[in-house]
Amino acid sequence: MARSNAIRESYGDKLFLTAVYVFLAIILVVVLYPLIYILSSSFSSPQAVISGKVWLLPVDFSLAGYKAIFSNPQIMTGYGNSLFYTTFGVLINVSLTIMLAYPLSRTTFYGRNVIMGFLVLTMMFSGGLIPYYLTVKNLHLLDTRWAMLLPGAMAVWQVIIARTFFQSSIPKELGEAAELDGCSDFGFLWRVVLPLSKPILAVLVLMYAVSQWNAYFEALIFLKSQNLFPLQIILRNILILNSIDSSMMVDANKMAAMQGLRDLLKFSLIVVATLPVLAIYPFVQKYFVQGIMIGSLKG
Amino acid sequence: MTGTTGVIERNKTESSIGSRALVIKDRGRRVKRHWQLYLLVLLPIAYLVIFKYVPMYGAQIAFRDFSPVKGIMGSDWVGMKHFSTFFNSPNFWVLIKNTLIISIYSLIVGFPAPILLALALNEVRSMRFKRLVQMVTFAPYFISTIVMVSMIILFLSPRLGFVDHFLSLFGMESQNFMGIPKYFSSIFVWSNVWQGIGYGAVIYLAALSGINVDLYEAARVDGASRIRKVWHIDLPGIMPAAIILLILNVGQIMNVGFEKIYLMQNPLNTSTSEVISTYVYKIGLLGANFSFSSAVDLFNSVINLILLLSVNYVARRISESSLW
Repeated sequence: MARSNAIRESYGDKLFLTAVYVFLAIILVVVLYPLIYILSSSFSSPQAVISGKVWLLPVDFSLAGYKAIFSNPQIMTGYGNSLFYTTFGVLINVSLTIMLAYPLSRTTFYGRNVIMGFLVLTMMFSGGLIPYYLTVKNLHLLDTRWAMLLPGAMAVWQVIIARTFFQSSIPKELGEAAELDGCSDFGFLWRVVLPLSKPILAVLVLMYAVSQWNAYFEALIFLKSQNLFPLQIILRNILILNSIDSSMMVDANKMAAMQGLRDLLKFSLIVVATLPVLAIYPFVQKYFVQGIMIGSLKG
Repeated sequence: MTGTTGVIERNKTESSIGSRALVIKDRGRRVKRHWQLYLLVLLPIAYLVIFKYVPMYGAQIAFRDFSPVKGIMGSDWVGMKHFSTFFNSPNFWVLIKNTLIISIYSLIVGFPAPILLALALNEVRSMRFKRLVQMVTFAPYFISTIVMVSMIILFLSPRLGFVDHFLSLFGMESQNFMGIPKYFSSIFVWSNVWQGIGYGAVIYLAALSGINVDLYEAARVDGASRIRKVWHIDLPGIMPAAIILLILNVGQIMNVGFEKIYLMQNPLNTSTSEVISTYVYKIGLLGANFSFSSAVDLFNSVINLILLLSVNYVARRISESSLW
C-alpha cells in the first residue's frame, strides 16, 4: 500500500505525515521520560539523586531505597491489607456485576428497563458525601474491613459493559434451546454463559483489581486504625504528607544521610507500589482495550 | 426449573382467555418461570438501594439542622437556611470561580487531546511504532492518584525534581511551582492529560476502525490529500462518539477530581485550588458541619444535572447523537 501510494503522494502529504510522526514522537518522549526518571532514580544512590546527577540512567547503582522499604513494617502491613482488599473486593465486585448484568441482558426479563433506569440514574445524581458517610456509619461499618469492600461493591459502568457483552455474544437461540431441555436459569448461567464469557470476566477482574488496588478515598474517610490502612494511605503519609517515622530508617543515624534516604525512598516506594499493576500491564492492556471497546458499542 | 411444563400450560391457556388478560397472565408466567433471574438481581438491587438511594434520600439533611442525637429524619427542618448562608458567604464566588476555571480548562485541553492522538495514530503505517506509542501512552492510566500526585510534587520540587534541573541548565531560577497559586490549574490539567490521553484515545481508535473503507477509496480517486481525508472522513466518523463523551464530560463539569485536587493542595495554593468538592469535605467531614456542607454538595449536584440535561438537549437538536 505504501509503495503504490509513493508515486502519488504529494509534497503536502509528505509534510503532513512528517508532522504526524514528530507529534507522536514528542508525545512518546513526554510520557516515557518521567517513568524512566522515577525508575532510574530509585536504583541510584541518595547522593546522586539529591545532587541531580540522575537524568536518564541510574547513577551509583544502589538498593538502599528498596532495603528501607522492605524493612518497614508499616509499608508491609499496607501491602498485605491492599492484597486482602483487592482479592476480596474483586470477588464481590465481579459476582454482583454478573448477577445484575446477566438478567438485564435477557429480553425475557420483565422489568429490565425499569432496573436499567434505576441503575443509570445513580450515575447522574448522588446524595453527596455526607449522606453517604452517614449511611456507612449507621450500618456500623466505620473502621472495619467491610468499609473497604461493601460501599464500592459494584460499578455501574462495569455492569453496562458486561450487559452489552452478554447481549451481543450469547446467542438468544442458545438460551431457548437450553430452556426446552429443562435447564434452569442458574444452570444456564453457570454452565453455558460463564464459560463463554471468559473475555469479559478477564476485563471485569482487571478493571476492578486496578481500581481496588489504587483506591484510597474510602480508606481516607472510613478508616481510623493504622493496622487496617491499605498501601495507598501509607503512601500518602510518606510521599505527600512527608511524615516518616524516623525509627524506620534502619542504618541511618546521621541526619544528612537520613534526609537523603528519605528522598530516595520516595522514588523506590513509587516503583514498589505501582509494580503489581505495571508488571501485569503487557498482558492486561489488550483486555482493557477490549473492555473499553465493548463498553463503547452501545450504552 | 419448570421449563417444559410452563410451555405446555401456556399453550393450554392461550386458547381460552382474551388477549389483554392473556398478556398479563403471560407476563406472570414469565416471571414465575424465570424466578431465578429475579433472585439473582436481589443482591445487586439491595446494594443500589442501600449505598446509592438511601444517601439520595438522606440528602434532605441539607434542609435540616442535623443533630447526631436525633438522626437525619428527626432533625428540625430549616428550609433553605444553609443554602442562603452559602450563597452569601465570601467563599461562594471564589469556590465557583476556582471550580469553573479548573473544569473548563480541563474540558478545553483534556477533551480534544485523545482525539488528536487517535487521529495521528490512525495515520501511522508502521504497526510497530503505532503499537509502541499506544502501549506507552496507555501505561500512566494504571498509576494511582496518590502516586501520580507524589510524582508531580517530586518532579516540581525545587531541590529534587528534574524540572528544576532542566531550568538550571538554561540559567533559570528555582521555583516552588506547587506553592504558586497561578500555576495550580495548569499543573492539574496537564498532568491529567499526561495520565489519561492514551486511555482516552482507545474509544476514538475503535470508532476510526469502524469507518467504511469505501470512503477512503472514493476520496483517493477524487485526489483528496491526507489532511482533507482526516477532515472530511475521519472527523465526521468519530463525531457520534465524541458527542457522547462531551455530554458526559460536561455533566461532570463541577465534579473536578476531588481526590487529586485534595492531595495537590497546600497552604500556599489554596486561593486557587479550593474547589466545591474539597470545601465540602473539609467543612463537612473534618469540621463536622454536616448540614451546611450537604447543602453545598447538593447545590453542586443540581448544577451538574442541569448542565447534563441541557447539553444533551442541544446535542439532540443539532445532531443525531445524544445520550437518550
